[in-house]
Amino acid sequence: MHFVPYLHEQILSAWPVSVVVLLIALIGAGIMLAWVAVVALVAVWAERKVSAHMQARLGPMYVGGFHGWLQTAADGLKLFLKEDIIPAMADKWLFIQAPVLVFGGALLAYAAIPFGPKLVVSDINIGVFYILAVSAIVAIGIIMAGWASHNKWSLYGGMRTAAQFLSYEIPSALHLMPVIMYAGTLNLGEIVQSQETGLFGWGGIFGWYAFRNPFLFLSFICYYISSLAETNRTPFDLPETESELVAGFHTEYTGIRFSFFFMAEYADMFVVAALSTLLFCGGWNCVLPRSVQFVPDPVVFVLKCSAFIFLTMWLRWTLPRFRVDQLMALCWKFLIPLGLLNIVGSGLWMYIFGQVK
Amino acid sequence: MNDEVKAGEPNPPLINNSMKFRTEDAFPVLRSRFGDTVRSLSDTQPDRYILVQSDALPEICKFLRDDPDWQCNLLHCITGLDQAETLAVVYHLFSMPKRHFVVLKIEVSKDSPIVPTLADIWPSADWLERETFDLLGIVFEGHPDLRRILLPDEWIGHPLRKDYEMPTHEKLRGLGL
Amino acid sequence: MTGVDEEAMDADLKSLGFRVEERRTLASGSDELLVNMGPQHPSTHGVLRLLLRTDGEEVQEAVPSVGYLHRAAEKIGENVTYDAYTPYTDRLDYLSSMNNNWAWAMTVEKLAGIEVPQRAEYIRVIVAELNRIASHLVMVGTYGIDLGAFTPFLLTFREREEILDILEEISGGRLCYGYIRIGGVTDDITPTFAAKCRAFLRQYVPKLDAINELLSYNRIFIRRTANVGPLSAERAVAYGCTGPTLRASGVDWDLRRDEPYSIYDRFDWNVCIGRGEKGTVGDTWDRYMVRVREMYECVKMCEQALEGIPEGPFRAKMPRKFKPPIGECYFRAENPRGELAFYVVSDGSKKPVRVKVRAPSFCNLSAVQELTRNMLVSDLVAVLGSFDLVMGEVDR
Repeated sequence: MHFVPYLHEQILSAWPVSVVVLLIALIGAGIMLAWVAVVALVAVWAERKVSAHMQARLGPMYVGGFHGWLQTAADGLKLFLKEDIIPAMADKWLFIQAPVLVFGGALLAYAAIPFGPKLVVSDINIGVFYILAVSAIVAIGIIMAGWASHNKWSLYGGMRTAAQFLSYEIPSALHLMPVIMYAGTLNLGEIVQSQETGLFGWGGIFGWYAFRNPFLFLSFICYYISSLAETNRTPFDLPETESELVAGFHTEYTGIRFSFFFMAEYADMFVVAALSTLLFCGGWNCVLPRSVQFVPDPVVFVLKCSAFIFLTMWLRWTLPRFRVDQLMALCWKFLIPLGLLNIVGSGLWMYIFGQVK
Repeated sequence: MNDEVKAGEPNPPLINNSMKFRTEDAFPVLRSRFGDTVRSLSDTQPDRYILVQSDALPEICKFLRDDPDWQCNLLHCITGLDQAETLAVVYHLFSMPKRHFVVLKIEVSKDSPIVPTLADIWPSADWLERETFDLLGIVFEGHPDLRRILLPDEWIGHPLRKDYEMPTHEKLRGLGL
Repeated sequence: MTGVDEEAMDADLKSLGFRVEERRTLASGSDELLVNMGPQHPSTHGVLRLLLRTDGEEVQEAVPSVGYLHRAAEKIGENVTYDAYTPYTDRLDYLSSMNNNWAWAMTVEKLAGIEVPQRAEYIRVIVAELNRIASHLVMVGTYGIDLGAFTPFLLTFREREEILDILEEISGGRLCYGYIRIGGVTDDITPTFAAKCRAFLRQYVPKLDAINELLSYNRIFIRRTANVGPLSAERAVAYGCTGPTLRASGVDWDLRRDEPYSIYDRFDWNVCIGRGEKGTVGDTWDRYMVRVREMYECVKMCEQALEGIPEGPFRAKMPRKFKPPIGECYFRAENPRGELAFYVVSDGSKKPVRVKVRAPSFCNLSAVQELTRNMLVSDLVAVLGSFDLVMGEVDR
């Protein structure tokens, strides 16, 4: 991080470098946590309002005044005050660690998400790879929760997650490959920057990878679908189906532990929306070319992520859910072959149109 | 109908109902085929029934189900009755192709209320007989799985009997309920 | 396993028909699980308990255990008078109270030879069909939730609120009405009733089309329900299934057309049958779609009945101490769930000697055990929802 040498030389020269690094890391973690809290607050409220208006009702209206915007805070406070129940036969250590892993995995991914050029907690060169890898920790947490609850229904939820999450990791990664091929780098900031020019150097919306070639457009759609499965959102919300498994893997969780799962879902949703934005939709570049952009970068970025989150919520409240074998069939028989096809197709396109770097 | 209907008077003709009961027509056919096991045709109003000997019941039912004139393929209802000295079971058989009902009835003593099962003739008899066993204590011989269905398994007694005494709270707690 | 009451588990399993040795085998290392889909479960639609023997996610056998809602309705029938039994019939299948009341009223009317005035007949048809629409709306909404589509539930219940408001206006109740009595109806309809009904029916059909578009022809919904749990016509009749469940299996049988009671023979409408459009005849999509299509037919019937309500009394003159003649009577009516039948034995006194309720959901449920072999848990939920069971009438 380039803050480290600056801070070390100018202000804290008395301290060893490692302490400065730790300080920066802690500040960064604090910023991430604050942002996740804000995202969870807003996203939960937005979900309730979006779902309400789609269902001909109003949603939260009272708490905090304007359309109940503090409802999530009130619910969070209520959850904090609830009794912490651990089932007598549950595997206590695993039961306690599971929400930590789930929330931690979702939180860790924020370290590599840039909100603007250089506006990132940790500007690592393997950004995409890091986010995909760290998101997989969530799966371990869910399986742990399912097993440790000592409840066969939770076990079903955990097992379904194991199958679903690990299967959909593959099409997620495969559909991101064409973008990486085009950009030539795994660094998220550089990927966004490479979307500034495109189609005769005009930039703007034509620079976005989603519209560069038909295979990339297909990748965009398929990546979005795989990401829905990664975050357990309908139509892929089998692990937590209310109607079949009571509440799936988090049936036995109460209070703060449940709120960890709950926040982690919305945090994960933002991560995935962010990845879609950064890789396919120009990140913090707005629709117009870079030279005439007047809106600040983080604002554009957050707006785009919000659009994806809105789409995710829209789909949740419209579509029924898949059965587990249909879900697996979709992944293995459809998305993965399509992913491989996209890689080959994009590669050929790049070769034919001379875009190989 | 302005006054109290006097008991015993015949009913006026049925208004607006096309349920066809052909119990009267079935009686001579069954009598000629199964002899004295088909005991009598009742004269109850408005629905009559054929009183049948209980061990002849499965054959009679099979005949009613398979015979092309009768084709009673739907067992509509099995009712257990507690008549003062005896227990009775009433069967309402319906024919979907022919659209008619035939009503059979058997009577058994309260000391040994054993009736042959019809579960192998109509699968719907399975649960209907379990219910009759549960509430009245009529044992269906040959039933694949005769156990209580509506009441808890540990329940003692058969509530629909006229001499059933509702258990006190203490007795219920003794049952673990 | 430590800390588990082995004896209690054995007793419990025995009460469901499982052999105790099976449980020991399962506990000691085979891959099968015994999962309890308990009386409290979001998708058993009431207090139904299913014990599933599963191999992973595939259900090998599902044993139903009923009786959690048993309220001794038949025993009560021996202790109250005929007219006083009407509210108990409300609570059998609490989603279609008007139809239950009607079946009971008609049974006693057949027993005692009571003639119902024409105005009462028309009113009965209108409220019963409205109740049928309300009942099917519940099925459609909750079925969507079972399969993960949360929005149609809100839309169907919004429409149902309109119906409940209309029925509350004339009967005073929203769910259990006690409106249709022996001899007619409790009280005359209000002057605004007909106008409100017409207004509702007029705006209802486009909404039903919207719900159809959202759910019935959705590709994911079809993939979840087509070819799942097909019940052949022959097995359906053998198990005593009636109503939309039977019609979905392709059997062309509807009491309102084939054995018309009351004034049903005066209306022009169609019977909806399952044809296996999206898969096999008698699969869950058929069972669901038959109910959706029936709602259109109910609208037609209501509109025709509203046209023709004559003036006149709304109830036959019933004696204060009603004592039917000695005899016994069996009568059945077409309920939203099937054929509800009452068997009444009378000895000339003011209380029945025996009341037997033949509930459609009881017989429909008995078919579930055979139907749900070797299917996934998700499919089991879909099949259960499509049978549209109400435990109130299964257990009585």
